[in-house]
Amino acid sequence: MRKTRYAAAMAAAAALTLTACGGGGGNEGGGGGGGGEDGGGETITIGIKFDQPGLGFDEGGSYSGFDVDVAKYVANELGFSEDQIEWKEAPSANRENLLSNNDVDMIFATYSITDERKQTVSFAGPYFVAGQDLLVPKDSDIAGPEDLEGKNLCSVTGSTSAQKIKDQYPGVNLVEQPGYAECVSVMGGGQIDAVTTDDIILAGLAAQETNAGQFKVVGNPFSEERYGVGLPKDSDRCEDINAAITKMIEDGAWEEAITKNTEGADYSFNEELNPPEPEPCA
Amino acid sequence: MDNFLTLFETYNVPAAFWVNIQLTFWAAVWSLVLGTLLALMRISPIPSLQWLGAAYVNIFRNTPLTIIIAFGVLGLFGQLQVSLTDDFNLNFFRLAILGLTIYHAAFVCEAIRSGVNTVPLGQAEAARAIGLSFLPAARLIILPQAFRGAIAPLGNVLIALIKNSTVAAAGSVAAEASSLMKTMIEFRGDLVIPIFFTFAIGFVILVIPVGLLTTWASRRLAVAR
Repeated sequence: MRKTRYAAAMAAAAALTLTACGGGGGNEGGGGGGGGEDGGGETITIGIKFDQPGLGFDEGGSYSGFDVDVAKYVANELGFSEDQIEWKEAPSANRENLLSNNDVDMIFATYSITDERKQTVSFAGPYFVAGQDLLVPKDSDIAGPEDLEGKNLCSVTGSTSAQKIKDQYPGVNLVEQPGYAECVSVMGGGQIDAVTTDDIILAGLAAQETNAGQFKVVGNPFSEERYGVGLPKDSDRCEDINAAITKMIEDGAWEEAITKNTEGADYSFNEELNPPEPEPCA
Repeated sequence: MDNFLTLFETYNVPAAFWVNIQLTFWAAVWSLVLGTLLALMRISPIPSLQWLGAAYVNIFRNTPLTIIIAFGVLGLFGQLQVSLTDDFNLNFFRLAILGLTIYHAAFVCEAIRSGVNTVPLGQAEAARAIGLSFLPAARLIILPQAFRGAIAPLGNVLIALIKNSTVAAAGSVAAEASSLMKTMIEFRGDLVIPIFFTFAIGFVILVIPVGLLTTWASRRLAVAR
């Protein structure tokens, strides 16, 4: 036992020395010394959601979802292979900060393009046009926001979707929870009639294993959220990202990614608006 | 700067803080009542009541407030269908007050008990000597002195309560300050830092007078010995 451990340590030390030598000659990035996990070349840091099933979800070290798939495709087109991507969590409230401090190079995190946000960050894309929709129990007869009068609806505290309901449908009883998982759990208990946010987020929730078959997305979107790629204000990657998105849509990988990530949710994206044409870069 | 000022036209920041003040007020009143009862139990000569009081304090002092508040919505409302009123939003407001009360009563109890410790044993013995049993002795002799000795720690509990009232956001009280802050950041990501400071300063403004007042009162009202 002791012998094998010793041998393994020797092997590891040797490998470390070797890579350190190789790295030292080739790139300046390994300047800290000693490291050398990757064989050289730079990395790209991408901000995603970690808690949104179907879009950006942390499955214990690996990440899944539509945002993640688009990010991988775009990064690949920019010349970064999958193991050169460093994933970072980008919660909604933190996205502008992460970009303006250059903590991340790009953000794919259900990030709607708005004029207010454009004042501090740049956007490439959109790569998807979502719309606010409703998730209801399978046997519910709610067909749209008009049917919600007097009903209990759940959304996330401080979200665009919650605000829209307050502004436009004041007759609805709105429950605001810290996350959609809580909303879905209360709906499972029967006290909530519907959960609202962007359709693709709902589809991701409905497609989760624990929820599969219990809920359906109504499919009557009543807003337009154009998901863009968040970039630092001075980024020069916008054109390349747009080209990558266009290519992804053309070669079918885009639709494949949506189908894969919403499987089991009985969901089809809004075909009038999708796939979107990326906007010209500012 | 102009951009920043338009925020106050779109979003009613004082109204959000007012919700926090209301939450704090009701939770403070109820937790003072419940906390005093618990303190009485803990200093009572009846072992089962002592045990019950200690168990309550140890359970709720050591449970995160977020969990208690979230249980109000997910458990009481979501699964058990508990309703404290017919008004949908008021129900969450009351559930949040219930959660804040249950949690802070444990701290109030301990603050009052620390006040009881400032009362010399001789006071209790003298009360007993003139024929007072436990409850009259507590009501007439021990607690009045204990409260005066407990003003500073009670003030600290109140300060914690003011800030903890933002946890009501987890209980679907979306009109309160931290929820409004979230909404403002969602829509005006370009002004994150000023928004953040607005709310931080708002709470400092609420808390500082409470601190000054309780320090002043604890000096003035403490029993001179």
